[in-house]
Amino acid sequence: MARIFFDHISTTPLDPRVFAAMKPYFTEFYGNPSSHIHDQGQAALKAVDAARAAVASLIGAQPQEIVFTSGATEANNLAVKGAVEAGGKKGKHIVASEVEHFSVLNAMLPLRNRGYEVTLLRVDRDGKVDPQDVRKAIRPDTALVSVMHANSEIGTIEPVAEIGRIAKERGVLFHTDATASAGHIPLDVREIGADLVTLSAHNFYGPKGVGALFVREGVSVASQIDGGFQERGFRAGTENVPGIVGMGAAAGIASDEREAWAAHLRRLGKKLFDGIGETIDHLHFTGHPTDRLPGHVSFWVEYAEGESLLLFLNVHGVMAASGSACSSNLRGHDEEDLVASPVLRAIGVPSDICTGSITFSMGKGNTAKEVDEVLGILPGIVKRLWEMSPTYLDYQKQKVQGG
Amino acid sequence: MAGGPYSAKVMDHFMNPRNVGEIENADGIGEVGNPACGDMMRLYLTVEEGRIKEAKFRTFGCGAAIASSSMLTEMIKGKSVEEARAITNQQVSEALDGLPPVKIHCSVMAEQAVKAALDDYLKKHP
Repeated sequence: MARIFFDHISTTPLDPRVFAAMKPYFTEFYGNPSSHIHDQGQAALKAVDAARAAVASLIGAQPQEIVFTSGATEANNLAVKGAVEAGGKKGKHIVASEVEHFSVLNAMLPLRNRGYEVTLLRVDRDGKVDPQDVRKAIRPDTALVSVMHANSEIGTIEPVAEIGRIAKERGVLFHTDATASAGHIPLDVREIGADLVTLSAHNFYGPKGVGALFVREGVSVASQIDGGFQERGFRAGTENVPGIVGMGAAAGIASDEREAWAAHLRRLGKKLFDGIGETIDHLHFTGHPTDRLPGHVSFWVEYAEGESLLLFLNVHGVMAASGSACSSNLRGHDEEDLVASPVLRAIGVPSDICTGSITFSMGKGNTAKEVDEVLGILPGIVKRLWEMSPTYLDYQKQKVQGG
Repeated sequence: MAGGPYSAKVMDHFMNPRNVGEIENADGIGEVGNPACGDMMRLYLTVEEGRIKEAKFRTFGCGAAIASSSMLTEMIKGKSVEEARAITNQQVSEALDGLPPVKIHCSVMAEQAVKAALDDYLKKHP
């Protein structure tokens, strides 16, 4: 059976060229970059520096502005906690959007307990932050504004350049989480006026377990991991050399090929969007219709539940994502651990029910044939769940009675 | 085919649910919802000589909710009203070779559905 991976927001397959670049750094060049007096250490240090330059180049930064981390979660923690802690007494207030990733939202929780105040910005029905709301939310004691570049669940691209301009005018640090967007859509840290930018390697065909935080030259963030002096003191711990080499290789490939990927994915995205819209009733697309990640199609269906949709899709060889409560945290302790996606709630999807939310996120390896296959499978799955659903039955009876 | 977080039995009852549908002029109808996530199950019963003859259901919900509904209908058919009322969610869960802890509430919904349907039956047939 064909396996169709339409869940690139969760992760992307490692590009074979990236894997080839990484391999020697597991076995042949195993040195520690801090031991750079001898040949092994020197080889590792050079590789890490080359990767740093490649990652910087992807986002229009200088190499010394890239701090490697264990991934986007650590980078978001370092950005949020590190920025306000380094800000000292001058800032006790943070502004963030309500659709941020958990690693931004939850990084603010301990800060709240320590007396920091957080203003969460509402989004509109398309999931967009209004830059004027950012302007209104900023106070004299605001230390940081954090608004993501693009939302992985609903695909919406936020107006980060405008937000960055407003933050700069008001002298407030601006952080953007570019986990879902980096390597896929244009991202220039100078153009968007960002002080801190989060990146994740495995979201652009690099390896898991490595990410980076762009820290603009002159901006101070307090290290969140105490230890040695790696990463210019921003992040202690021996570098994940093979991972960093992989992130560098992935960044280099993305710099060269991103535009071709995006053109391909926009074509596939339009085909999937049009096809779904034509074949399935009671369907609501989510996210912004045009300002969205290429190859990203998200929606929810009435009278069907997201986990059931995912299970059926998987049985038919199609892997996707859902924000429904029922599909969340299946390894949790009890049903209290099942929570509907805050992003879906934020854009007004009914929160008290298990919604049939689906996110299809395509990658560079997907094909038009695969889109056709998904379009062939999905209506039947939805229909089958409707036929099992008491609420759909009631709807149909009402329709008949209503004439 | 791997069933993800579920047992093969859950996947079988999810993919091929038994007794989906409704019964016109049912002797008892039970509808229960789960406030934890909005799942809903509607169970229809016919009872003859104190025994459940037919059972059909419609469920809105996740894989575990649909499988629990299907398994429940299989378990109660042919049982006396008293026997059916005594069925517990643990029995439903065990018959499915277990459910993940976060999905135990789906088997609770099935237990509640049969009790609600039998209450309705007794009300209509005092």
